Amino acid sequence: MRNPVAALLLGILIGAGGLYFMLPYDAAAVLSGRAEVAVSAGGAVPDVDRAGAGETLQRIKRRGFLHCGVSQGLAGFSSPDERGRWSGIDVDYCRAIAAAIFGDGEKVRFRPLSAKDRFTALQSGEVDILSRNTTWTMSRDTQLGFDFAGVIYYDGQAFMVRKDSGITNARQLAGATICTQTGTTTELNLADYFRGRGLEYRVLSFEKNDEAISAYDQGRCDGYTTDASGLYAERLKMQRPEDNIVLPEIISKEPLGPVVRQGDPQWADIARWTLSALLNAEELGITSENIEEMRESENPLVRRLLGAEGSYGASVGLGPDWVIDIVRAVGNYGEIFERNVGVDTPLGIERGLNALWTDGGVMYAPPIR
Amino acid sequence: MQKPVKRGSGMGISWYNPRVRSIAYQAGVLAAVIAVVWFFTATAQENLERLNISTGFGFLDTTAGFGIIQTLIPYTEQSSYGRAFLVGLLNTLSVAVIGIVLATMLGFVVGVARLSRNWLVAKIAAVYVEVMRNIPLLLQLFFWYFAVLRPLPGPADSIEALPGVFLSNRGLILPDPVLDAGAGLFFSALAVAIVAGYVLVRWARARQRATGRLFPALRVTAALIVVLPLLAWAVGGTPFHLEYATRGAFDFSGGVRLLPEFVALVLGLTLYTAAFIGEIVRAGIQSVDRGQAEAAAALGLKDSTTLRLVVVPQALRLIVPPLTSQILNLTKNSSLAVAIAYPDLVAVFAGTVLNQTGQAIEVIAITMAVYLTLSLATSLAMNWYNARIAFRER
Repeated sequence: MRNPVAALLLGILIGAGGLYFMLPYDAAAVLSGRAEVAVSAGGAVPDVDRAGAGETLQRIKRRGFLHCGVSQGLAGFSSPDERGRWSGIDVDYCRAIAAAIFGDGEKVRFRPLSAKDRFTALQSGEVDILSRNTTWTMSRDTQLGFDFAGVIYYDGQAFMVRKDSGITNARQLAGATICTQTGTTTELNLADYFRGRGLEYRVLSFEKNDEAISAYDQGRCDGYTTDASGLYAERLKMQRPEDNIVLPEIISKEPLGPVVRQGDPQWADIARWTLSALLNAEELGITSENIEEMRESENPLVRRLLGAEGSYGASVGLGPDWVIDIVRAVGNYGEIFERNVGVDTPLGIERGLNALWTDGGVMYAPPIR
Repeated sequence: MQKPVKRGSGMGISWYNPRVRSIAYQAGVLAAVIAVVWFFTATAQENLERLNISTGFGFLDTTAGFGIIQTLIPYTEQSSYGRAFLVGLLNTLSVAVIGIVLATMLGFVVGVARLSRNWLVAKIAAVYVEVMRNIPLLLQLFFWYFAVLRPLPGPADSIEALPGVFLSNRGLILPDPVLDAGAGLFFSALAVAIVAGYVLVRWARARQRATGRLFPALRVTAALIVVLPLLAWAVGGTPFHLEYATRGAFDFSGGVRLLPEFVALVLGLTLYTAAFIGEIVRAGIQSVDRGQAEAAAALGLKDSTTLRLVVVPQALRLIVPPLTSQILNLTKNSSLAVAIAYPDLVAVFAGTVLNQTGQAIEVIAITMAVYLTLSLATSLAMNWYNARIAFRER
């Protein structure tokens, strides 16, 4: 830089910029005209104000669609078909939220995430909600800055082995090599199970579930482990599904549920009550087929759920017809379950624990009133 | 910002004084760098607090709770995340060190072969270099892992290459050497032979320099290294015996196991990097003036002697700096291990540990610091070596 005037200007600019950033926060705020905020908050901008209750919903509305984090392909939970359309329980839940917000279950974009990347993606705001067969655990709830919205599927971890190995229960797996996906509770439960019984084992952890499956399928491992629902889903992908069996032991509790970032209570409420609405709709017999008739119902429970009485939608920033939109878009919880993983699907999973509490299951949603 | 600089300079305070200008620029740049770092740190801190995400390095003492398939130091599920970090680090280092040694050796062979007067040898080397350096490393790793090692038979039908050496899709199983009573004597004999050989070579070189008389030091050393330990064996009894792996219900137990993931990674890294090193070696050798080799030939030196004593020492000066960057590349490329499930630092620490603790910033910062330290340490060592072999005018 030959020109001394330009050099001088550059020097001053860089110096001033440096000074500005090095000033204490308040002073910088005063200088940049943010004085009122800083003063009124007593020198520090309060957290809640910045995280902004309702900020997530506003951002989604401005954007015009929901960003939903799903798996990279797990049949019955979230997997794309040959035309790229996503389906599954976790996918339908996101469509339900989109319907509650926009009245249109299609206003959602799915982002496939690996088990390893999913939490970072949610923390960084890349997705608005993580609906990705994620187990609700204390450490995830408390240390990662997340809130779980509830349980959408009660699962448990199990093992799959080759039929010709002659193994009939998990205790016979001593000394076996087990394939699994890295960054999951599965990896930890596996360790707990073998450690608790003093059994030897080797674990081979893959970054992608498909890689773990193919490693097992090609004989690199003696067994493969993940949630029982996942085992049935993954078995469909194998060269010869009928040559593999799922062992009867369930070695862990895996309550799977949608996750949101902490700090926006309204958004957490929307996530929680969308799930509750799906369950309550099933309990009250509201389906995607009879929803129009149900609008005329005299049952006060139905009237409250469908927005004919009270203003429950408005209390979470949604319209009065939010549940009607949800049920129109995806049906109730039972319909979602039967459509994606139920006995008439290739997965053929019984309701079991996931039946409503009135039918002997543990699905019990808090009432909407 | 400007004032103190001007006052402190003590000489002409004009902008036309290059000293003043240069100090001002440097101060400005330094301030900008500090400001940027400070800005990002503060933002991250603030956001983490706002999002209620745990921070700090306390997690390193927490129980890890997951298993790792290859551990060079004792590790169980009860070990801490810090221990898991060490396991990952050692796995990375073992791949890197073995890969560097093999790639350097193979690279030298390839580089020399490319210049061979034997048409076939030169062409084979050329094809090797062109194929290896033009296919992405990740694909090569996939090839070795998924196409070559994965289809091997299972442990029940494993190939027994040598007695006690089994090759299967669970890896290469070797017999485990277990030390016996004679081990102390055997290994001391080996050490003595190596030290004696070193002294002998130095003595022979000094004598040759002084009197010009040759002494077959290398051959004598080789003989020493073979004969002395054998004598010790005869006197002190067997130094070690081999413990063979036994076949269990699923897999082998005992023995030394090289995982297919490990083998694939070492193979891929070695073959890929060796192609680049080969080109570096070739360039280095070609940079030595032809007259040097011709002069050596005129003096009656053999081809191999010419290469060893005349060409390579001069070529090394050009080879070492780019060789350093290839070595650094190999170390960094070893992080592709994560794609084939080898439990290296990135897979174990920046993968599993990050996911379980959720402390992305700390974990990634530590991982980056490790690679930075490894790279800087390698550079330092190579620079030292480079300075030692640098051309010294006599």
